[in-house]
Amino acid sequence: MSISEFFSMGGYGAYVWVSFGATLLLMTTEILLVRSRRRAVVKRLRRLLRAGRPS
Amino acid sequence: MTLKINWFKYASPASFYPLAGKMIPWFAAASALLFAVGLYWSFFKTPEVLSEQKQYYKIIFIHVPVVWMGMWLYLVMVVWSAIGLIFNTRLSFMMSAAIAPTGALFTFLGLLTGAIWGKTSWGTWWDWDPRLTSFLILLFLYIGYMALQSAIDDTRRSDRASALLLIVGMALIPVIYWSVNCPDPAQCTALHQRSGLGKIEGNILFAMLTMTLAVWMYSFVSILMRLRNIILERERNKDWVAQLPEVAQ
Repeated sequence: MSISEFFSMGGYGAYVWVSFGATLLLMTTEILLVRSRRRAVVKRLRRLLRAGRPS
Repeated sequence: MTLKINWFKYASPASFYPLAGKMIPWFAAASALLFAVGLYWSFFKTPEVLSEQKQYYKIIFIHVPVVWMGMWLYLVMVVWSAIGLIFNTRLSFMMSAAIAPTGALFTFLGLLTGAIWGKTSWGTWWDWDPRLTSFLILLFLYIGYMALQSAIDDTRRSDRASALLLIVGMALIPVIYWSVNCPDPAQCTALHQRSGLGKIEGNILFAMLTMTLAVWMYSFVSILMRLRNIILERERNKDWVAQLPEVAQ
């Protein structure tokens, strides 16, 4: 089986790769969103801590 | 001599937060390894075509795992919420809240990959067949849970109200499971049929189970990461949070 044959999936390539691709894309996006959320939360906590700490 | 383990030790957010942090890389590594094996098996070790199903049948290697995970994560949320209601443990409710977006994501992906499958196999993106319809309602339940959580400001009340919604929504899971409307495959090959794990070809079953484990391990990664965020947000006024190295600097 050649590489182009593999990717064409008997003419159903678009259906197969969009299914797997969408899953990969959304899973990656989820991790990136959770990570950026963490950065925001930690930043806010640091600010809270500075504000509350008597200097 | 009996070995005593204090199970309640890790029920406190303060001790689970660092433990979750240590577990994440292990789940990520397990997920990557399982995806590598699962994808290889799905594309190279399983038959190219399946009787009258052409190559598009490979979609099941992602469709079945994400659908199972969408339903499984709902059950896990129900269990954590019930534990929260019974034992009044804060961490259990946080666990439920951390699971919801991942469960909704997999339910959505189940509907999306199912629609793509439907287009090739049944010639339509969507049909109001019992299984499709009940699975769509599962997505609405996830969204309803998240909306309810954010609609009530008091965390204790929102936890309890949304836990109740989850438990009532449990009624949907058996409906999805038994909503197979084609008892005789000879009459309708297209729609969901009754199937048993024993009837599936060995390589196909192995690929499907490996992919399911991969998706499961991924869920642990995203859920534990989100749980850590939720813990920090909800416990922001506690001393132990202020003493964390990432916060105190």
